[in-house]
Amino acid sequence: MAVTLDINGKPTSVQASPDTPLLWVLRDELGMTGTKFGCGMAQCGACTVHLDGQAIRSCVTPIEAVGTAKITTIEGLGGQHPVQQAWVRHDVPQCGYCQSGQIMSACALLAQKPKPSDEDIDNAMAGNICRCGAYQRIRAAIKDAADTGPPVGEPHADIDEAIVAGSGATHRGAGR
Amino acid sequence: MNAPFKPRNGNPSDLKAAQPSRRDVVVASALVGGSLLVGCSPADLMSAGSKVEVGAFGPFIKIAPDGVVTVISKHLEMGQGNHAGLSAIVAEELDADWTKVLVEQAPANAKLYSNGAMGAQLTGGSSAISNSWEQLRKAGAGARAMFVQAAANKWNVPVGEITVKDSVLTHTSGKTAGFGELLADAAKVPAPTDVKLKDPKTFTLIGTDRVRRKDAQAKSDGTARYTQDVRLPDMLTAVVAHPPLFGAKVKSVDAAEAKKVAGVIDVFEIPTGVAVVAQSTYAARMGREALKIEWDEDKAEKRGSAAITQLFKDIAAGKNTETKWEPFDQRGDVSGLEAAKGAQVFETTYEFPYLAHATMEPMNCVASVDGNKVKMVFGSQGQTLDQLNAAKIVGCLPGSVEIETVFAGGSFGRRATFQSDYSAECVHIAKKIGKGRPVKLVWTREDDMQAGYFRPIVIHAVKVQLDKDGYPAAWRHRIVTQSIMKGSPMPMGKGPDGTAIEGAAGSPYLKATPVVDAQVALPDIGVPVLWWRSVGATHTAFVMEHTIDQLAAKAGKDPVEYRRALYKKAGADRHLAAVDLAVEKAGPKAAEGWTRGVAVHESFGSVVAQVAEVKLENGTPRVGRVVTAIDCGVAVSPDQIAAQMEGGTCYGLSGVLFGEVTLTDGKVDQSNFDRYRVLRINEAPTVETNIVPSGNPPSGVGEPGTPVIGPAVANALFALNKTPTTRLPFVRSEA
Repeated sequence: MAVTLDINGKPTSVQASPDTPLLWVLRDELGMTGTKFGCGMAQCGACTVHLDGQAIRSCVTPIEAVGTAKITTIEGLGGQHPVQQAWVRHDVPQCGYCQSGQIMSACALLAQKPKPSDEDIDNAMAGNICRCGAYQRIRAAIKDAADTGPPVGEPHADIDEAIVAGSGATHRGAGR
Repeated sequence: MNAPFKPRNGNPSDLKAAQPSRRDVVVASALVGGSLLVGCSPADLMSAGSKVEVGAFGPFIKIAPDGVVTVISKHLEMGQGNHAGLSAIVAEELDADWTKVLVEQAPANAKLYSNGAMGAQLTGGSSAISNSWEQLRKAGAGARAMFVQAAANKWNVPVGEITVKDSVLTHTSGKTAGFGELLADAAKVPAPTDVKLKDPKTFTLIGTDRVRRKDAQAKSDGTARYTQDVRLPDMLTAVVAHPPLFGAKVKSVDAAEAKKVAGVIDVFEIPTGVAVVAQSTYAARMGREALKIEWDEDKAEKRGSAAITQLFKDIAAGKNTETKWEPFDQRGDVSGLEAAKGAQVFETTYEFPYLAHATMEPMNCVASVDGNKVKMVFGSQGQTLDQLNAAKIVGCLPGSVEIETVFAGGSFGRRATFQSDYSAECVHIAKKIGKGRPVKLVWTREDDMQAGYFRPIVIHAVKVQLDKDGYPAAWRHRIVTQSIMKGSPMPMGKGPDGTAIEGAAGSPYLKATPVVDAQVALPDIGVPVLWWRSVGATHTAFVMEHTIDQLAAKAGKDPVEYRRALYKKAGADRHLAAVDLAVEKAGPKAAEGWTRGVAVHESFGSVVAQVAEVKLENGTPRVGRVVTAIDCGVAVSPDQIAAQMEGGTCYGLSGVLFGEVTLTDGKVDQSNFDRYRVLRINEAPTVETNIVPSGNPPSGVGEPGTPVIGPAVANALFALNKTPTTRLPFVRSEA
């Protein structure tokens, strides 16, 4: 059946049964492969997207539960979001497979707590597994984004601002 | 980064041996059914049928009209950062503008792209940088010489008057030209046969923090392409129902309900189970849930992990005499050691469980088969093996199997198996579908975790007699585990399976001991096992390093001073330098409330020393600051070395804290991250990396950071509460 979802600010019509997890609609039906499949049971966070700004696990969220909520995926951040720029400055990714989910969780955290403490980071990010163990740089990049980036609000609303704010930022962060 | 095939003695200088070895010949003979073809090298044989073309600057360098240099990496990027280092080696010798250097993955071709340490195209043994070091320096220097010659011809000046910097050639007169302008002329210059490499003292890129990942942007914006993300026209998705026990087979299958699921295209048996092929991943999974399968478990492995562990313990204790012992280090008169008793005798047994790799991206593959034409797209870690196994299924020349290698979402060794388990499974399915229609095989987390290829269960039984000064006089060592290399088409040299003993074999502590009796037993068990990041060192480093602290305590000596004395006896200068650097950088004492443990281990040609600060929180070890020193020869990419020390430490810590796969009556108990616990950010340490200055050729980096943290933590806990750790993981869940 046809369902209309609000994805990255665009109404998007998809053909899928209502019990299909959002993850598979994004990946298989829409070809938006930035959001990853890791565990299928909300254990690893690789599939994290935003639903009305909240980080959720798309692998256990059937599309019938989404309704008219605004979905934001890694593609919706635009590539030059302050958090993404911090990720690049710190060379956070290793294999990189978990990083879309890590970044979505980090953005949701910073939207709520612009200057997160270590404990805030632990609480917000403990649901995102990184088997390469890039945790130290994830922590550093979140703090860097908090210090250097503009306020992180609705992610896809501030892409232009982020590009301007981040242009020319090529220095090496304190990643270790 | 993980490590199937390593130089025999861990000496990086062995890696340059590019001539066919016994291993190449064995692979080739496996290919042709045991009969060797005279006059045809194994690499020729394995690349027969390949259509890979080589450009003017050789197989590793492409240069575009705009002057952008693309380095072709023969090695899989699975997180270890080798694409940064490999492209930096070329850029250094080519004097290319680093900001205009790209990197791409090589096609599969055993002749052009074999790992010099292994005789096959394969990424493992932490050897990507070390085996490519001379090869890529020469490639870069050769291309540079072609540009210099082209400029000299064009300007009619001697080559000696031309310099190159940041992709621009400059004559002493002030004339300049970029790579792009000179490209057509340079491509016509014959490739030099003898090139002069730079004096490492003049490097301007290698060894600097400018050497950064080339993939960080794509891996931060969702555009990096993994196997999971491959989408091709008409592509189908497959999942497979695997038997619940290792060695079980399909007895009968009722697919009627599965075929009724919307989107399911076909259901059929393959050698490893029952394949469900569908229009989408979700439909394929729903179809699989509707299958009714009866399994034939007659020949299956039905023992649980507890029974296997007990068997290994019995063998180690000499209570089971069916398994053959193979010595790997025997010196002096050991006759009195077995019966020795008393205050100067130390004796203990260590127990290690099965471990899953648990990569973030579960195993997967895309393949299409049209007659005898095979195309594959996936994160192939051992392209030559994967070509051979696909060719056997389809009946074609291995070299004709096209593999497009994409990023792997982790591997830690898992993506390189002798049987090509998951990619061969995909080829079987694609063959049945036929007509060149692409099929993506998707394993769920559960499929991945229950498929075996675990780090094997290992038992070490150690008995050491100390001399009057408290140092080892005699050392008896027994290792019982499954062989990883058994049945491989690429056996290692003489003696027992090196992957079971490396790290005990060659240990400076054994070298410093006058009487040694070290043996290994490798019983057959029906659970598939595999290298797991740092391979043998995952257990030998723990045993040797934790034993040393217990011996030092018995001798009443400081554990670091005890190590130093033994390193001096053994002539282990690099160990000494590494531990000295780590201890110096750690400073005089731990932060309030933390206890320090030290460990040092050599693997893949590199020595890593760590000082770990540990405390107990509700009975669980918590690791804070970890000061690391590594001697890995020339440090090509210091920032990536740091990243590998950070990540390797987390991977090792995850394994020793929580890692344990158990089997009940042959069935794997864990299926997802709920019961196979892994390290999370709130449990992660802060790793400081210090590099020992060295002029030696580069050695391993991807794995050597993994095995040291376990014994460092055990040693800290031993210092804290005098209780040794004899069984891993530290934190055991109720299975």
